[in-house]
Parts: sequence; structure tokens; C-alpha cells
Amino acid sequence: MDMRPDPLVMMTSSVQDQAPKPVKVAAKNVNVYYGAKQALKDVSVDIPVKAVTAFIGPSGCGKSTFLRCINRMNDTVASCRVEGLIQIDGKDIYDPALDPVQLRARVGMVFQKPNPFPKSIYDNVAYGPRIHGLSRSKAELDEIVEHSLRKASLWEEVKDRLKDSGTGLSGGQQQRLCIARTIAINPEIILMDEPCSALDPIATARIEELMAELRSNFTIIIVTHSMQQAARVSQRTAFFHLGILVEKGETSQIFTNPTDKRTQDYITGRFG
Amino acid sequence: MTDITSGEFPSSIRRVEFDSAESKARLRGRYKSEARFKAYGIVALVITTSFLLALLTSIVSRGVPGFFQNYLVTEVLVDAAKIDPQGKGTPEALRAGDYSAVARAALADAIPGINERQLKKELNGLLSSGAGDDLREMVLANPSLLGQRIRTPLLLADQADIFLKETESAVRVFADTRGSATPSATTGDITILVSGNDFADDVALIKAELVNSAVALEKNIALRAGRGASAESLADLKAQAAELRQRAAGTASETLDSKTASRLVAINGGVVKVKEMTPTSVRGDVIVPLTTTAEAAPGTWQIRVYDRPEADRNMNDRAATFLEQLKSKGLIESKFNWAFFTRGDSREAELAGIQGALVGSILTLLVTIGLCLPIGVLAAIYLEEFAPKNRFTELIEININNLAAVPSIVFGLLGLAVFLNFFGLPRSAPLVGGLVLALLVLPTIIIASRAALKSVPPSIREAALGVGASHQQAVFHHVLPLAMPGIMTGTIIGMAHALGETAPLLMIGMIAFIVDVPTSLTQAATVLPVQIFLWSDLPEPAFKMKTAAAILVLLAVLFLMNGISIWLRKKFERRW
Ligand SMILES: Nc1ncnc2c1ncn2[C@@H]1O[C@H](COP(=O)(O)OP(=O)(O)OP(=O)(O)O)[C@@H](O)[C@H]1O
Ligand SMILES: [Mg+2]
Repeated sequence: MDMRPDPLVMMTSSVQDQAPKPVKVAAKNVNVYYGAKQALKDVSVDIPVKAVTAFIGPSGCGKSTFLRCINRMNDTVASCRVEGLIQIDGKDIYDPALDPVQLRARVGMVFQKPNPFPKSIYDNVAYGPRIHGLSRSKAELDEIVEHSLRKASLWEEVKDRLKDSGTGLSGGQQQRLCIARTIAINPEIILMDEPCSALDPIATARIEELMAELRSNFTIIIVTHSMQQAARVSQRTAFFHLGILVEKGETSQIFTNPTDKRTQDYITGRFG
Repeated sequence: MTDITSGEFPSSIRRVEFDSAESKARLRGRYKSEARFKAYGIVALVITTSFLLALLTSIVSRGVPGFFQNYLVTEVLVDAAKIDPQGKGTPEALRAGDYSAVARAALADAIPGINERQLKKELNGLLSSGAGDDLREMVLANPSLLGQRIRTPLLLADQADIFLKETESAVRVFADTRGSATPSATTGDITILVSGNDFADDVALIKAELVNSAVALEKNIALRAGRGASAESLADLKAQAAELRQRAAGTASETLDSKTASRLVAINGGVVKVKEMTPTSVRGDVIVPLTTTAEAAPGTWQIRVYDRPEADRNMNDRAATFLEQLKSKGLIESKFNWAFFTRGDSREAELAGIQGALVGSILTLLVTIGLCLPIGVLAAIYLEEFAPKNRFTELIEININNLAAVPSIVFGLLGLAVFLNFFGLPRSAPLVGGLVLALLVLPTIIIASRAALKSVPPSIREAALGVGASHQQAVFHHVLPLAMPGIMTGTIIGMAHALGETAPLLMIGMIAFIVDVPTSLTQAATVLPVQIFLWSDLPEPAFKMKTAAAILVLLAVLFLMNGISIWLRKKFERRW
């Protein structure tokens, strides 16, 4: 891909100007390389606070890569190199003075495959608050656990077996447990990488409801392969293709009136 | 990104057919190869299982008798005159007492009337030199036993013990004697005249034996002559063969010697060892004195035969007779040999135990695990989780893998050069043994631990990092606990390896004959496999039995360790 300025970027930046909500995450000219291979090319996007932003695009286009830049999860991949600027609340998160571990405590992540710790349900949720010293007493910790599980609408199902292993839950319950675990550290931003890909429609619906609810407190970024899901849960959508951010804007606008041919082809199912 | 709706699937590509001859042939071929593979597998399994079974049964059948020991259980007079002649009554005096004499007196009571010096020596030889040891402990614990008669087990010597355990040295008894027998005296060199021809069969047998020996000898001569041996060198053998032939042909009384089966006559409560026999009379030496010279009715006297010639046995006829006598009085008992586990090594097989070696092994392994586990696990965690991937760490990795393949004797040489010669640590000490074995198993533990760490799914790591755990927290809170069963399994297998290791310990002098059970890390000690090696080298049959018994103990410990590691693996089976 050549490096000439993308007209779309300029066009959608005007959309962003009209956006009612302030910017939470701002990315400018982000390039990501795995070794010699470039996975993201010049990605610039603004993500509004307390809203759901969806990343869509064909497989391998770099959605997860970009998501993982926002909480610096890519630092754990030895071959990965990130260039450009990513700011949260105007603060550069790749600033050497910033501790990536602290960053991850404020930018929670829910993974594609439910990955509860092989520990009790209670310990799964309590782990984050414990290591960050978020509770002063056992009672406070109990409260955090209950609150998080309630928020993840899992409380009613597990309140009588908090001591059972988290890995003994069903797939959908496990994913909600992972969400509760993320909520428990009270992050500002929640990153979700295809959180519903392993779930049945009922569990998916519950997690979508959950996102609608969490939106009032958290900034949520979700990667999804389901157009319907993106349309249902998100306010803003960004479409990636071959490492390029092709188009971004209000979800309704992207789905009803895409400006780019590639976006149009993708959302109408012409390729992917 | 291709539009799959456009374009026909090429029709030239064939499809699997159910009924065509070709596909049937292919199917048959596949079934055949599967059946063949299965057959190979079963054959391999049968071969390994049968080898294993043969090995185990051989070891168990040899080793199990080693766990039992025969005792003479009889009335013992705890004679104050022998134990504490000055009547001091102090523990030192009691400890210094001659308890062997007490044991010998008890034996003399069990078979009275043996006065001849040589016979007396033979009889006392049945008892172990440590026969009085248990008695000493009893008296020391309870001095009021002095002067009393107690029934207690007295340890038998190893040869007596082996004789009682071996079935092929059993005596054959012929009790259906046809004539009445009359002994000429009750002790010494006597003649027994028999009214029937009870010995005719035996004489015929001996003659047949002589003929057999002569034939074997002649065959040997022919073979040698065929190979071109000179006439002079064969003259001796020829003369021997001729003599055997002549003896077989003769009708005179037949002489028994240590190369033929032994025959004894039990008559009037005594036993006579036959020296010469004719069909109707025998001459021989009395072993156990007869009560009278009265005529013994047919069936009241016996002929006893030891088929194995005296020369091939460790017990001669006299000792064997005494032992049979004790056995027939019901004074011999076989008991589980607890002392095997509570005694150190000894030159006397019946007194030798494995406690010294067991304690030595435990001390050595303590040093090994104390060094290996922390160093190995920390090295594995660092290499697997934290070390930068560069040339240097790669080199270290390769070297660790190579170390695991270095022959164990090399580690022994290293230990000798470094720990003994350079650092001047004591020879034969568990400390040095432990250090050497630690070097030996460290690579195994590091490799096993790294494999265990690597097998923890990355999703767990990501989950921990995702909630803001640091790398170190993720490793120590989540990865390490999940890897622990694998690490433990690797460690136990490494320890089992160390427990069975002999060669490197020989190099650092852990092969000495050590009687005392070690109590510290720097005291001279030996370990179980080295003890086995030492015993297996000794000629006494009793030590062969001990060797097998010690191997059983070693195997039991190894099986136990492996069992624990399997149990750990099962218990903490992957739960994600
Ligand atoms: N650890 C890695 N090492 C090397 N290349 C990687 C790595 N992770 C991802 N890539 C490459 O980066 C590109 C983008 O991958 P990414 O996982 O971001 O795609 P994605 O959009 O999330 O796809 P999907 O929808 O299938 O999850 C791909 O070409 C992939 O091969
Ligand atoms: Mg992805």
C-alpha cells in the first residue's frame, strides 16, 4: 500500500468533529510489524468515551493486532514492533515512563476464547483486585466480587457455588466470568476480541445486553465478525482491510451508506 | 477472497467409489496394513511383557527368601556365670558378657552328647557369630533375666540358613527298611549288621554311578585324543577311568567318599555317616550318639541320602545332620528378617543389612534434591519465561540438553577432580555423592520443568496479563502452579534416576565396606545400588540371596517413586 494520505481519513475526521462524545483513545499513524512483515499500515482513529466501537474486517486484516496495541499486549510478542502514537486521555501509552502493567489494569481485555483461571469462581474475579490492592478487607472484596458478577449477569447462576472451579462452567458462563473478572478491576476501557465467537445465540444475546449496560460506565471496543452484532451493539464502527483502516464512522452510516467500495463489498458479503 | 460461486469444479478429478475393483483393492490393502501394524504392536508388547515378567519373577523368587531368616528357637539358660562372672551387675559388665557361650550352651542342650572336638566345632558352627547379640540387648534392657531360662530365637549361620532354604539339598529318607539292624557300639567308628540286604540297591546304584563316571571320563579322553593330546597327558585320566571300572566290577565293600552321594543311617536315636557299605552291612562314624546297641527292628531305622555330593555343598554331612536333628525336634523357625532393615553391612551374610545403604541413599538424595529442585526450577523458569532469546541463552540451552546425555561416569570423574581433589571434601561422603548426583540430574529437571512450563496454555498467561498482572505475577501465580505437577513428576523421575545410579559414586569412593550406619553428611557411607554391587561380587550364596533381596528393596522404592509421580500427574491432570 502506498503511503499517500488516505482521503477517507480526512473525510471521517470531519465526522469525528461532529461526534458528541469526547475522545478516549486516539491513534495516529500507527504502524505495526511482526518481524519484517507489516500488519498495520498508518492507522489513525479516535475512539469516543462511554460508547461501543466495533472493529470489523476480513480475517487477518489486523483487528486483533490493533486491539492489542491499546493495552500494549503486543509487548509480550517478541517480534512485534509498534510505531506511531496511541493516546489515552491525551497521554501517550508508549511513553517509556508508563508502566504497561498499570496500563493493563486500566484497559481490561476479554479474549476470543474464554480463559478463566483454573481456580474457583470467586478467586477468578478476586484475583485482579487482590494484586492491585483494590480492597481493604475481605468484606470489601466480597462486595467487589458480587458486584462484578452481577454486572456480568452471572451472579444468580453461580452465587451458591463460588468455590467451584471456574473451568467447570459452560462456555457462555465462562465468557461472562471473564467479563466479570475484567470489570472487577474497574478499568476505563474494555477491549473485547470476538467475545461471542464460541457462544450460542442465547449466550451471545446476553453478552450483547451486557455490553449495552456496561456502555454507560466503560469505553468498549469490540472486534467482531458478525455484521449484525456490530450493528446491534456499537455506536461507531471501523472497517479494516489488509492492515489498512479503510473506513470509520457512525455505525448507522457505515452500514447504510458506506463510502468505500471495499466496505460496501464486505458488509454486503461479497467477500470475506 | 475468491468468488467461489463462479467456475465449475473440474470434472477430471475423480471421486471415491464404493464398488469399483480398484477402490476395493485399496480398501483391502488398507485393512491389511492396519491388521499388520496391529499384529506388530501386539508382538512387541508380548515380547516386552514376557521379558519384564521373566525378570521380575526371577528377582522375586531369588529375593524373597532373603527377607526370611532361620532361627534356632530353644530354651536358653541366661547363665550369670558366663555373662557376669564377677557379679558386678553394671551395664558395662553385662555388655561385655560372653553371650555366644550362652547361645552355644543352649545348642549343646538341644543336641546332647556331642563331645568330640571336631563334631563340637561343626555343631557350634551352625550358630551365627552374632547369635548372642539379640540376647545381649534383651539382658541389657532387662537385667532380671540373669539366671533365668527363657525361650528365645538364636540366629543361625548363613550356611545353615541357606541349607534350610535350598530345596535341592534336601535329604531323601528311606524308612521302609526290610532287615533288623545291629550296631556294634554307640559312638566312634562302628559297624552295623543288617539281617536283610537293605544296602544292595544302594551298592548297585553306586556301582552304576562309578560306571557312569568312567564312561564320562573315557569320552573326555577320546575327545582330547581326537584333538591331538599326547599319550602322557592322558595317562592319568586313563588310570582314573580304569580304577573306576575296576571298582565297579569288584564285589568287595564299597567305599563312599565326598564325590558320591552321602548316605547316613539313623538308628536308635543316633546318626551314623556311612564310609563303607556291602549289601548287608555298613561301617561308619557316629555323628549323633546312639542310645543303645540293641537290635533295631525293621522299619524303626532309616537310610538317609544326600544326592548332592559333600564336595559340592557348603554344609558337610555332620553339620547337615545336626541341622536335620534340630529341625526334627521342631526347634528351627523361619521368621521375617527385620534385622535386614536395621543393620549395617557385615562380612557375615546373616548379620548383613541394608540400613546403612538406605540411610546413605536417603542422605545423598536429600543433598541432591536440596540442590536440584531450587536450582533446576529457577533456571527453568528464567530460561523459559524471562531470558532474552539471544545467542548466549541459546548456547546455554544447547549445553543443558547435551549435559543430559553425558555418561554418568563422567560426572563421577568431575566430582573426583573438583569436589575431592580441589575442594578437599571427604571421600565416600553422602555430601559429595549428593553433589555429583545433583550435577547428573540437574539437566533432567531443567528440561522437564521447561517442558511443564511450556505446556501451560498461553491463554492463562494472557488472562493474567489482561487483568494487569505483571509478567512475574503471571508466572508465579498462574503458570508455575499449573506446571508444578509436571515439575514434580520430572523431579521424582530425576531422583529415581539418581537413586539407581552407581557408576559416578564409585569414582568418589562410595564403594567402601562400611559397617556403621551414617549419621551425618560427611561420614563415610554407601548407597543402595553400590551395596548391591558390592554384595553381588561376594562368593557366599547367602550374599547372592541378600543381593536379590536388596534389589527388590531398590525396585520397590523406585516403583513407589514412579507411582507417586504418576499419581501426581493424575491428580493434577489438566483442568483447563
Ligand atoms: N504473533 C504474530 N507473529 C507474526 N505475525 C502475526 C502475529 N499475530 C498476527 N500476525 C499477523 O498479523 C496479521 C494480522 O493478524 P490479526 O491477528 O491482527 O488479524 P485479525 O484481523 O484479528 O484476524 P481474525 O479475524 O482472523 O482474528 C496477520 O497477517 C497475521 O498473520
Ligand atoms: Mg483476531
